[in-house]
Amino acid sequence: MPVQAPEARVANFDEVALGFDLDNALVECERCLICPEPACVAGCPVGIDIPGFICKMIDGDHRGAYDIVTEANFLPAICGRVCPQEDQCEGVCPVGDTLKPVAVGRLERWVGDRAIEEGWRKRPYIEPNDFRVGIIGSGPAGMACAADLAKAGCAVTVYEALHAPGGVLRYGIPEFRLPNQVIDEEIGNLIDLGIEIKCNTLVGRLFTIEQMLGEMGYDAVFIGTGAGSPKFMNIPGETLNGVLSANELLTRCNLMVAGRFPDYDTPLHLGRKIAVIGSGNTAMDAMRVSLRLGAEKVHCVYRRTEGESPARVEELHHAQEEGVDFQWLTAPVEILDDGDGNVRAMRCVRMELGEPDESGRRRPVPVEGSEFEFETDMVVYAIGTNANPILGQTSKLKLNKWHYIDTDENLATSMAGVYAGGDIVTGAATVILALGAGRRAARSIKEYLGIRDSDIVYRPERSGHEGALFGIDMAERNFARVHIA
Amino acid sequence: MHRQGPNTETGGGTQPRKWRPGELDAGFPIVGREDFSDTTFRLDIDHPVMAKAARPGQFVIVVMHDHSERIPLTIADFDRDKGTVTLVVQAVGKSTCEMQQLCHPGVALYGMVGPMGLPSHVSGAKKVICIGGGLGVAPIFPQARAFKEGGAYVIGVVGFRNRDLIFWEDKFRQCCDELIICTDDGSAGIKGLVTKGIEQAIEQHSDIDEVIAIGPPIMMKACAETTRPHGIKTVVSLNPIMVDGTGMCGGCRVKIGDRIMFACVDGPDFDGHDVDFDDLMNRLRRFKEEEHLALAHWKENCRRPGQERS
Repeated sequence: MPVQAPEARVANFDEVALGFDLDNALVECERCLICPEPACVAGCPVGIDIPGFICKMIDGDHRGAYDIVTEANFLPAICGRVCPQEDQCEGVCPVGDTLKPVAVGRLERWVGDRAIEEGWRKRPYIEPNDFRVGIIGSGPAGMACAADLAKAGCAVTVYEALHAPGGVLRYGIPEFRLPNQVIDEEIGNLIDLGIEIKCNTLVGRLFTIEQMLGEMGYDAVFIGTGAGSPKFMNIPGETLNGVLSANELLTRCNLMVAGRFPDYDTPLHLGRKIAVIGSGNTAMDAMRVSLRLGAEKVHCVYRRTEGESPARVEELHHAQEEGVDFQWLTAPVEILDDGDGNVRAMRCVRMELGEPDESGRRRPVPVEGSEFEFETDMVVYAIGTNANPILGQTSKLKLNKWHYIDTDENLATSMAGVYAGGDIVTGAATVILALGAGRRAARSIKEYLGIRDSDIVYRPERSGHEGALFGIDMAERNFARVHIA
Repeated sequence: MHRQGPNTETGGGTQPRKWRPGELDAGFPIVGREDFSDTTFRLDIDHPVMAKAARPGQFVIVVMHDHSERIPLTIADFDRDKGTVTLVVQAVGKSTCEMQQLCHPGVALYGMVGPMGLPSHVSGAKKVICIGGGLGVAPIFPQARAFKEGGAYVIGVVGFRNRDLIFWEDKFRQCCDELIICTDDGSAGIKGLVTKGIEQAIEQHSDIDEVIAIGPPIMMKACAETTRPHGIKTVVSLNPIMVDGTGMCGGCRVKIGDRIMFACVDGPDFDGHDVDFDDLMNRLRRFKEEEHLALAHWKENCRRPGQERS
C-alpha cells in the first residue's frame, strides 16, 4: 500500500498509510482464494464475512461489500486502520503460506473510506422494544455494544467522561494513524442508529451504577471504561518536570490539540531530546507524535530486544523509517535533575536476556557495571496501564487481584444486569478485541433481557436487495423484533 | 411506557453530517455571577444532577469553548434545591481571564464534568479549624458547613490581601462558631498570614481535633508546619496540573510520604504532614513559559477589532 515518504511525513500529521485506490483494491481481491471454510473469519474477533465482502468487491457491488462488513463491524474505516491484522485474519490466510497474505485490513479500510466518501449510511429498520441500556465509556467496546443493542431495538445511552466521544480512538491514537474525521463519521453512524451519546459524564461520581439500575431506570448496564491509569516505574526523579506518561502526551496532542498552541490553549512543552520508555504501540505513537511536533531526537528505551517488542511490526517499521533511535536492552534506573526541577538525563543500565519468565519471553537481567548516563530533557513512560479505580471505588463490583473488573465467560459482572468488557476486564489490549468484547456483552445482555435472536426478523435497508425474500433480507443479520399487530 | 423508536427511517442520504463532537451536549448554562473584586468572581452553573451528587472537597473540570484547556476548579458550593453548582474563579492566567470576560448569565460552558475526586472525609471531630486563603476561601466553605452540620465546633480562619477582597464573610459567620479574618495589610481583622490566625486559635483552644486548609501550596505548607509541632491532624486539598481528571493521564501525580499518588482519583485531600509541597510547587511551574505566552497572545488578540466579545 502506498505510504507517505518518511522524510515528508515526519513534518506533518497527515495519514502515513495512504490506502488503496480501486485498481489496487481489486488486484488484492483477486488474490483471495475464497476458501469454503475461511480461516480468516475465524481469525477475526468480530467474525466479519471476509470472503463474502471480497466477492461483492469483485462483482463491483461496493455497497454490498460495505453492507456485509458492517453486519459484523460498525467501524470498518477505523478497524481497517488500527487492527493488528497480521495476528488475526491475515495471520491465518492460506495465501500467506507461500506469498504475502491477502491485505484484508486494507480492503476493509477501502470499503469504510468509500462509505464515508459516498455518504452511505447503515440504517436498518428497527422495531423498538421497551428496554433501556446504559453504556459507560464511548471507546470501541462501548460503541460496539451500543450498536448491537440499538439494532436489537433497545434505547441506548452512552456516557463519556471526556468532552468528546471515541475513547482511546480519540485521545490515544494519533491523527496520522486514524484521522479524527474518520472517527466522527463512524460515530455519526452510531448516532444515526438512535444511540444517544452524553459527554462530560463521569459515571461513578455523577451517579453510580446502582443509581443507573435503580432510579434512572436502566434495565442493563455495560462497562467499557478502558484500563487507563498509566504505570510508572517508581525510580527516583519521576516527579521532575519533563517526565510524563504517554497517555498524557497523547491526550494533550490528540484530544486537546497541543500541537497548535497557543491557538489551542493546552500546552505540551516538548523536549528536544526525548526518551520514550517501552516499545509497544503506545510508545510508537508517542515517539512519532514527538517527531512531528519538532523534537530533534527521539529515542526508544526498551529493556528487551526488537524480537520481544509488543508493537505491531508495521508501527515499529514506520518509527524506524522516521528516524527513531532504538536503545534495545536498556532500562532506566534514575532520572536526573538539572538543578531546577527539570529532567537533565537518565541513568540507564544495559540488560541481557536470561531465562524465560511466565510470559514466555526471556527475562531481561541487568548487566553488572554497565550503568551509563543518557542525555534527555523529556522522559515519556509507555510501559502499560493499571485499572482505573473510579468504578471500583464507587460500586460493589467484584474486582480481580489486578483490580480489573471480574467477569464470567459471558462478561457478566458480580452485579445482576451489569456487564463489562474491553481493557477494564482484560487489561490493555487492542481496539478489535474491545469491539469483540462489546459485541459479546451485547449478546449476553440480549439474553439477560430476554430478547431472543429467534424472535427477531429484519427488513432490508433497501428494497429489492439481492437475496431478499418477501422483503426479508436473508443475508442481513441486523435484527429487529417482530411487531405482531 | 411509550417511547419514540430510535430510528425508523430507511435508506441512506448523502447530505453532510450535522453532528460534530461537542454538539452532543447543549452546554452547561451559567445562571448567576457575582464579582467579588477585579479578579475574583463567582459563577453559578445549572447542573441539577451534579448539584445532587457533589460533596465537599470535590472538584470539576471546566472547558470554556472548543479550543480551551480543561481547567480543574474546586466546587465552592452547591444548591440541591436550585440545582446549581457554584465555582469561584480568580483571573490569573489566559483561561481564567477569558472566563472573566466571557462567562455571564445566559452563556453556556462548552464542557463541565464532575464531581471529581474523593469527597472530603467529614470526620466526627468535635472541634476543627477550617482555613481558607486566597482562592481557597471559597472551597473551604462547604467543608466548614459540613462540619457544622455534623455538630462540630468550627473555627474559621480566612485570609485575604486586604479588606476590599473579602467575600462571603456573612456565609462563614453563619456556619462558624468563631471566625478569624486575616489580611496582609491589617485593613480588616488581624494583620498577618492565616498561620497567625491558626496560632491564635490553637492558643485559645487546646482541644482541636483537626485542621483543614485550602489555598495556595505555599500557604498549605505553612499551615502544615504550624500544626506539626502540636500534632494536630491537618488535611490539605491539592490542585496540581491535570488534563482529564479521571486518572488517565497521571499529570497530577504528587508525592505523599514515600508514595506517588494521583490527586484526581486518590485525592484531592491528603494529610498535609505527608505532602511534599516543594515537589508540588515545582510541578506547578511546569508550563510557566507557556502560561505567559498564552496570556500575552490572548491579550494581543482580544484587542483586535471584531474580536472583542465582552
